[in-house]
Formats: sequence, structure tokens, C-alpha cells
Amino acid sequence: MRKFALTAMAAAFALTALAGTGAKAAGDAPVPPSQDWSWDGLFGTYDRAQLQRGFQVYKNVCAGCHSLRFIAFRNLQGIGFNEDQIKAIAADYEIEDGPNDDGDMFTRPGKPSDYFPSPFANEKAAAASNGGAIPPDLSLMNKARVAGPDYVFGLLTGYEEEAPEGFDLSEGKHYNHYFPGHQISMAPPLYDEAVEYTDGTPMTMEQHARDVVAFLNWTAQPELEARKSMGLKVILFLIVLTAMLYAVKRKIWRDVEH
Amino acid sequence: MSAPVWNNKVVKWVDDRLPIISMLHHSAYEYPTPKNLSYMWNFGSLAGFVLVTMILSGIFLVMNYTPHTSMAFESVERIMRDVNYGWLIRYIHMNGASMFFIAVFIHIFRGLYYGSYKAPREMLWWIGILILLAMMATAFMGYVLPWGQMSFWGATVITNLFSAFPVIGDPLVTWLWGGFSVDNPTLNRFFSLHYLMPFVILGLVVLHVWALHSVRSNNPTGVEIKTPQDSIPFHPYYTIKDLFGLGVFLIFFSAFVFFAPDFLGHPDNYIPANPLVTPPHIVPEWYFLPFYAILRSIDFTIFGIPAKLLGVLAMFASIVILFVIPWLDTSKVRSSKFRPVYKWFFWLFVIDTFVLGYCGAKAPDDYFMGIEGLKVIVMGQLSTLYYFVHFLVVMPLVGKLERPKPLPASISESVLKEGANA
Amino acid sequence: MSQTVQSSGDHNPDENRRDFLTLATTAVGVVGTGMALWPFVDSMNPSKDVLALASVEVNLSNIPVGQAIKVMWRGKPVFIRHRTEREINEAEEVALNELVDPQADDARVEKKEWLIVVGVCTHLGCIPMGTATGEARGDYDGWYCPCHGSHYDTSGRIRRGPAPKNLEVPTYTFLTDTSVRIG
Repeated sequence: MRKFALTAMAAAFALTALAGTGAKAAGDAPVPPSQDWSWDGLFGTYDRAQLQRGFQVYKNVCAGCHSLRFIAFRNLQGIGFNEDQIKAIAADYEIEDGPNDDGDMFTRPGKPSDYFPSPFANEKAAAASNGGAIPPDLSLMNKARVAGPDYVFGLLTGYEEEAPEGFDLSEGKHYNHYFPGHQISMAPPLYDEAVEYTDGTPMTMEQHARDVVAFLNWTAQPELEARKSMGLKVILFLIVLTAMLYAVKRKIWRDVEH
Repeated sequence: MSAPVWNNKVVKWVDDRLPIISMLHHSAYEYPTPKNLSYMWNFGSLAGFVLVTMILSGIFLVMNYTPHTSMAFESVERIMRDVNYGWLIRYIHMNGASMFFIAVFIHIFRGLYYGSYKAPREMLWWIGILILLAMMATAFMGYVLPWGQMSFWGATVITNLFSAFPVIGDPLVTWLWGGFSVDNPTLNRFFSLHYLMPFVILGLVVLHVWALHSVRSNNPTGVEIKTPQDSIPFHPYYTIKDLFGLGVFLIFFSAFVFFAPDFLGHPDNYIPANPLVTPPHIVPEWYFLPFYAILRSIDFTIFGIPAKLLGVLAMFASIVILFVIPWLDTSKVRSSKFRPVYKWFFWLFVIDTFVLGYCGAKAPDDYFMGIEGLKVIVMGQLSTLYYFVHFLVVMPLVGKLERPKPLPASISESVLKEGANA
Repeated sequence: MSQTVQSSGDHNPDENRRDFLTLATTAVGVVGTGMALWPFVDSMNPSKDVLALASVEVNLSNIPVGQAIKVMWRGKPVFIRHRTEREINEAEEVALNELVDPQADDARVEKKEWLIVVGVCTHLGCIPMGTATGEARGDYDGWYCPCHGSHYDTSGRIRRGPAPKNLEVPTYTFLTDTSVRIG
């Protein structure tokens, strides 16, 4: 038994070490500092009020350039909106539909089953409006970067007004601590009171960033809460079952010299 | 092993016509198993369990997956977001691939330590290597299916390996792709083969178990079963031991699925494939890292053979060499337990594979573990060298020169002795 | 593999003691295996995006009296018939005891002139004929299913043939006089 535990631990440790080295093959930018997030840890969950504030930031700031193509209005139920609120939010958007009976495309107010429309008609249009850089879709951003939430938070809050001495900043680019290569096309998107909160939360640039990162973590991992709560139950069950199996094993092997 | 007599009429009727029940009875019930197997012998059945889990979760994923470049990424996201328990099934499948390799690697190292490849188990060992090769092909093609950045660039880099072969290289790669780059035809054929391969693996597993049951299990002493006292029936002794091991393994598996589902993956694969942009660091999945390190280590030319071709040959050789180790190992003793010198080389080899894995994960020009002056590429080359030296030099020489410790007369004797010492 | 703890069988008398511990472990294992299979089964049920697309809006202003259209709803055709005075009367005047699946016409329509039914034969799922002008409408002026010869009347009720039930009426609401939302 002791040997087995040692073997298992050694295997787990070695694996972790190995995988860790893969994950840390980062670029030449500094590693963004680790933040405390409400969904961290075994029992971490989302804070619905924060997700809604984050949605507000996305809608008023990010949505001008960044799509959110894997999220439908109906999904907003997951951040605590009810059906009527979702209908109202959806109706604020113009959705292209069609063709109608005359064969033409037309726009109509959004429905809960519609997805968030992209701010640009296509990638070329996106590139043309943004000096050649295509603003990436944000649905999966928190999963698509190493240490996603910390990185996105670092990026949003990591702008410098002036590039450091001797740094050759290209025309139309901005200096950012955490962006690989430090030259980013996106202008600093957030500032104090960029969005008006109604729940009394301080409207600092940092708070806006924190909230929108929370929202983007939900868009990337909407299953997180269900996953963790199921995980706890499954593992508890397995511990009980495994203990019972061990007892049966002891009983069966009792009389065998091995 | 006399044929059992069946009391149940239906069972008897079936068994008289197709002795499948007798066969199962022989192989999963009364199969005489050495009574001294350690928990290291659990990993074969665990690998079998993961194979079944992978096939099951895979079948359900396919019900919602679309193998087309314009929809593959989207259909995977639909599985994650809209399909009932889709996230669970996908995370089981994703992490299951890693679990499969963990179980199989431990299984292989166990075989290497206890000399399970030595006569008369050569066929058993060969089939095992074929399973490993089939698994690697399956895992590689499966990783392409979500059509993320790592899928696309992994596919591009790995298929380009074949371009290293002179003359046939380029036409071969074009043929693999079904075009002039990794594109929709490539995705479609990988999907087709990814669905086929697990059943090939399953067939190989049947052969593997068949071979096992005809030569019997090896055991920690490496001494064959001699008397009935040396063995116990598989059921209930090893069924329950395997089930207990499965319980522990499932806890480990679940920890990944539920609490760190993307830990073993790469973030870039959540960016849709883009043929115009290569991610700055292309790293294969962890289970390919040692082989990847061997591939990359060869950055020099020998006898006019270009480095690219040598690298590919070295990588393939690192697995093919396993086929001949039953003859490279000259020792009369199976188990390293009784081989005071070889034992150390074995652990050196284990460490070597981990070092290779580390090197595979790092950029070639990084410093190894941050040690100034020791580049990853150099460390990779040294480890690659030892990898082959271990099989080609250490195994034959140590086998000849070493004086093994005295072997126990039988399994029972060794069990009694250990019991007395404890 | 994933088998649960088996009883020791009938052949080995030494192992016939099925004590409480083994039984309890077997039970827990079986329950666990069953629960582990449920997500796979449930993954085959309609997914969230499929459920979300369960309604469709139709503009009725282009359908002249006496004609019908087909629209797609949940992957199936829905027949919308602008009934004539005569068709309405036919539907209303039938005595309920003559019907295979008795149902009054006013229980099947919201507005008399508009008959809205799911266009799938209740026998084995073919699409009955009779929607497009000139198609055979069967002996009761409604629809006729060519697969096995079921005749439906002007209220979409089964009158003759193997189909057991009337054409299904989907849930729908009139948004205005000339537009309806199905689902």
C-alpha cells in the first residue's frame, strides 16, 4: 500500500512538473501578477452582480470592436438575468436576418435565441477599421491565453502613456507591459468612470477591468459552477466507493500469503 | 484446467455451441495469476478501462461534432455550451487521452523494470509496442479535430516530418494532406482514421491479452509459476485488486476533469485555426514531449544525411528500438530487483525520459532549468544519446558483466521470506 | 474494467458467503456506474440551442382564401390553410361520433379562417398532400397521405386510413390579424 501511494504520488508529481513546463513556455512579455478571483479554488463560484457589471463594461466598451460570437442572448440567464430582461437586452440589438420573400436580407430586433452580432461585417472590414489588426473574438479569451484571467486583467490595466526610454514604438501603437512585444494596436480601453455602475461599486478603471475579466471568464467557462459542484460530489462518491473496495480487497486477500 | 460444468441450462446451451462462457471463465476467472503481483500490475487493466471510456465518450462526441474546417471549432464549442453534459463528455475525452498515456507509460516502465519483455513474452511485448504506436497515431489525429491553432500547426509540423524522406517525401506529404496544405481533406481523413484506430487498438488489446494468457503474467521476482502454490485464481483476487486500483485512478482522473480540465492542454487550441499565423511556441501534448525532444536534438549532419531526416529517423528509432530489446538484454535474470547494477541504470533511464520531456517543452535556446550556459538543445542531445546508449550499450554489457543476486527458488518462497522480514 | 464486484459464482463453495460488505460495495458500484452513464444518455436529448429555436413567426397576409402554405418549424412542415366559408362549414358540421379521433373544429382553431396544423401524418410520419394548389386533397377536402392512404378533412382530422390521430395542432399565438407565432 505504501509503495503504491508513493508510486502514484511520484507519477502525479512528475506529470504536473512536465505539464507545467509546457504551460510556462511564455513569450517575451513579463508574467502578469496573479489576482484573486471569486471562481478560484475548489469551491469558487461566480459573483452574479460582478458578471452583470462586467457585461455592462463589455457592452459599452469592448463590443464596439470585439465580437462575442459563442454567446447567445439566452445564455445571459447564466449571469442572473430573467427572461424578460433578456428579451429587452436582445431587442436592443439589430440582427440581420433573411432572405425575406423578396429575396432580400433585412434587419430586425434581436431575439433571445440570437447570438451577439459581430461589430464588423467580416474580417477584412475589421482589419480595415483597426489599422490592419483584427480585434479578436472574446468568447474564449480567458481560456486562450496562459493564465487567462490574470493576463487579460494585466493587459487591460498594463498601459503606459509613454514607452520607456529607448523603446521604438511604431505609429498608432500603444505601449503595454504584458502584451507580447509590448506594442499593441488597441488604445487603452478603460478609464475611471468609463461605465456607470448603479450598485454603488467604485467606478475605477481597475474595477471595470476586474469586472469585465469576470464576465469573460464566464463566457469562456459557463459550465464552471456546474462542473465544480458535480466534481465535488463525484470525488466524494469515489472516495467512499474506493474505501469500500479496499475493505473488500482486504477481506478477500486475508488468507493469502502474498 | 478442466472445462467447467455449467449447471444453468441456458448457459450450458450457449456454451455447448459457442464456448465463449468457458473462454471467459478461463481467462477472467480461473486464470492462474502469480500471487505476488504488486500494484504496478494494475496499470494494464487501467489502460483497458481508459480505452473503453475513450471509445464511449468518443462515440457520443461524434454525435455532435462536424468534421469540416468551417464548423469543427464551432461544433466543439456547441458541445461545450449547448449539448447536455457536453462539457463533461468532452473533458473526459480530452483528459482521458492523457490518462491513457499515463497508464500505458507506467505499464511500459513496469515491463522494463521487471524484464517482462524477455522470453517467452516477446510477442506480448511486441503487441504492446504496436498498441503504443496506434495510440500515438490516434491521439495525434484526435488533437487535430477541434481545429484550433495547435490542432492546425501540430498537424502541419507532424505531417511535414514525412517530407524528410528523400524522393518520396514531398509526394507523400501531399498525399497525406490531400492537397497542398493541411486543410479540409486532411481534417476529414484524420476524423475517419481517428474513429477507426481505437477499434484497431481494441483488436490489438485482445491479442495482447491472448498472448498474456498463454505465457502467463510475469511477477516482481521474475521467476515463473512452478507449483500451484505460486498462483491464485484471477477472480476474486485480482478482480477486486484491479477494481480498488480503478477507484484510486478514477479519483485522480476526476480531479483533472472537474477541477483542472485544461491543465494538460494548450491555451492556443482555444483560438480557431489560422493558416496565416503560427503560434510563437508550438508544443505537442505532454505525452509526445520526449519524442519531440529527440526529433529536435538532431541539428547536425552525419555522412551527408541531412539533420531533418536524421531527426525523424531518430524519433522513429526511439520506439522501434523497443522491438529488439528482448535480444539486447543479455541478462539471465528478468527482474531488476535482483540486478544490483542494472537497477541504477533503469532509474537513470526513467530520469532521462523526464529530462527529454522537459527539453521537448522548452524552446531550444532556453537554458535548462535556468542553468546559465546549459542550453536546452544540448541537454536534449545528451539525453537522446543516453536514451540510445541505454538500450544499445548498457543493456547488453551490464547483462553480461553484472552478478545478479540469488533468485528465490519459487514465488511462494519469496513471499514467505518477505513476510518473515516484514 | 468497469464491471462491478461479481458474486463468487456457484462453483466455489468457499466463496459463497455474500457478506454485507461485498453486497453494499456491489450496490454502490452499480449505482455509481448507472449515474455515470446518464450524462451520455442525456447528451442525446435536444440541446439548449435546439430548444431555443423552437418558435417561428409567419406573415399571413399573402395567403389568399382557399390556399395553404407550408412553413418549417422544428424541422417539420406546418400547414397553414386560409379556409373558405364552405370548408369551415364542412369542418364544423361533422358529427363527432363519425370521427376516428373525436375533436370539435373550434377546439382546433383560434380563428375560424386559419387552420394551423403540423404537416406530419400521424401514421408513420410522411407529409400529406393537399397544400399546394392542384394536389390531391383526399375524399374529405383536406389532405391525403400518399404513403398509406390516410384521408384528412378540412380541420386536419383523420377520417379514413391507417393513421390513428388527427394532425397535431402546434401551440401558436396571433401577434396581429395577419401574423402568427408558432411555438
